[in-house]
Amino acid sequence: MRIVAAAAAAALALAGCGGGDEPRLVVSAASSMSEALDDCSPDFDDADVRLSFAGSDELAAQIRQGVAPDVYAAANTKLPDELNKEGLLSRPVEFATNELVIAVPRDSDVRATGDLAEPGVKLAIGSESVPIGSYTREVLSRLPGDEGKRILANVRSNEPDVKGIVGKLTQGAADAGFVYVTDVNAAGDSLRAVKLPAALEPDVKYAAGVLKGAKRPDEAREFVDGLTDGACADALAKAGFGVP
Amino acid sequence: MRAFPLLLALALAVVLTFLTVPIVAIFVDSSPAELIDSLGEPGALDALWLSLRATATALAVILIVGTPAAYLLATRSFRGKSLVVTLVELPLVLPPAVAGIALLAAVGPSGILGGAVEGAGIELSLETAGVVVALTFVASPFYIRQAMASFAAVDRTLLDASRTLGASEARGFVRVMIPAALPGLAAGTALALGRALGEFGATLMFAGSFQGITQTVPLAIYDRLGTDFDSALALSAVLVAVSGAILLSVKFVQGSEALGGAPG
Repeated sequence: MRIVAAAAAAALALAGCGGGDEPRLVVSAASSMSEALDDCSPDFDDADVRLSFAGSDELAAQIRQGVAPDVYAAANTKLPDELNKEGLLSRPVEFATNELVIAVPRDSDVRATGDLAEPGVKLAIGSESVPIGSYTREVLSRLPGDEGKRILANVRSNEPDVKGIVGKLTQGAADAGFVYVTDVNAAGDSLRAVKLPAALEPDVKYAAGVLKGAKRPDEAREFVDGLTDGACADALAKAGFGVP
Repeated sequence: MRAFPLLLALALAVVLTFLTVPIVAIFVDSSPAELIDSLGEPGALDALWLSLRATATALAVILIVGTPAAYLLATRSFRGKSLVVTLVELPLVLPPAVAGIALLAAVGPSGILGGAVEGAGIELSLETAGVVVALTFVASPFYIRQAMASFAAVDRTLLDASRTLGASEARGFVRVMIPAALPGLAAGTALALGRALGEFGATLMFAGSFQGITQTVPLAIYDRLGTDFDSALALSAVLVAVSGAILLSVKFVQGSEALGGAPG
């Protein structure tokens, strides 16, 4: 009996249920911010920041199912606004902008959207349910004539997050994709970004808020403020994010 | 002395609660009407049909190649056999993400064999064939392991008797060994089928996700998580029902043998 109890206690401790001394702040953030936030979070003094990255929509779904992090930082303003209206999130703060670009392997000869409409080009884009996918469709719908339609016909994979698109490109499975400029930067030398004409560019704004059920609301508020001013704001700028 | 049986019962109760509550919740959260509604959606039907086709193809490959391979491993001893068996079993314990990366590095467009695959005119990534490869990779060890154990458990005097009567080994394999090992082979098939139906990570990383081409049911569930939780639940319910039916039918085929402590 004692052995069983000891084993259970050990298992729980290993699983991280033991509880440390420093307060823990749980931050759910969109995957596209992982490099920047991983960089600056150790500098956050008032709590031990635990980052959880996934697609913004997936994180929102978790929150709606009752998972309560302290901070939610999304790759759009729509999801935080929705959660705010549902009474789950404090008023969201816009803290960064990003730029949608065409990402291609370094040696690709794609120069503009027209090149993506050629038959035989393989595209990997975001699934309609994630922000990167809806921004991409927004851009395609603004293209003249049937270009957008022909580009959509070349889509071979609807990826659940940006990392999936980048992976398909670096592995040579796809010829081009739509991602954020910060993702191309993060991929190092393997990918090249093709800028979109200003008239096509969607308004990509990131917003964050404090969860209504946050266990550490004060530290959470401080973390959200730090996204616009402080170590995390600097890290975001370094990764290529813009200021709203 | 009475405390021990009580402890056993308590452990079983904990196990049962832990394993069944999440499954039951899937059905509690979605009414049958909603369930049928969400399945009428074309994306869901495409995912089900694709999962069915890809899994059936992968299973056919696994059975045709895996059965003789398992027979060899069960009936011969040779140097380095335990190494071979370990290699065959390795995908059992690999995380799906590792399987996905491994397949990309091996037969992906820029993998070590990618050029050869392409040269042979075969396209795997972003194609249904890639899904089949991913399913076969992760599911075959489940079958081969079980088939090996079943062949090894067959009374060798049966095979020897058929040989004495002048039958070739090939004939003995088909007419004696396979029928004798059948319950175990069926159990192995069911395990592989279950694993293949549920495959997620390797498929997404290696084959991508596209409706009707590479988006299997688990990928469709994940895709709906953010936008259509009810539909994700409905598809999950279908997977639970199908998997449950597979397990039950195997128990039925195996009959009392399964209860009598046959391998597996």
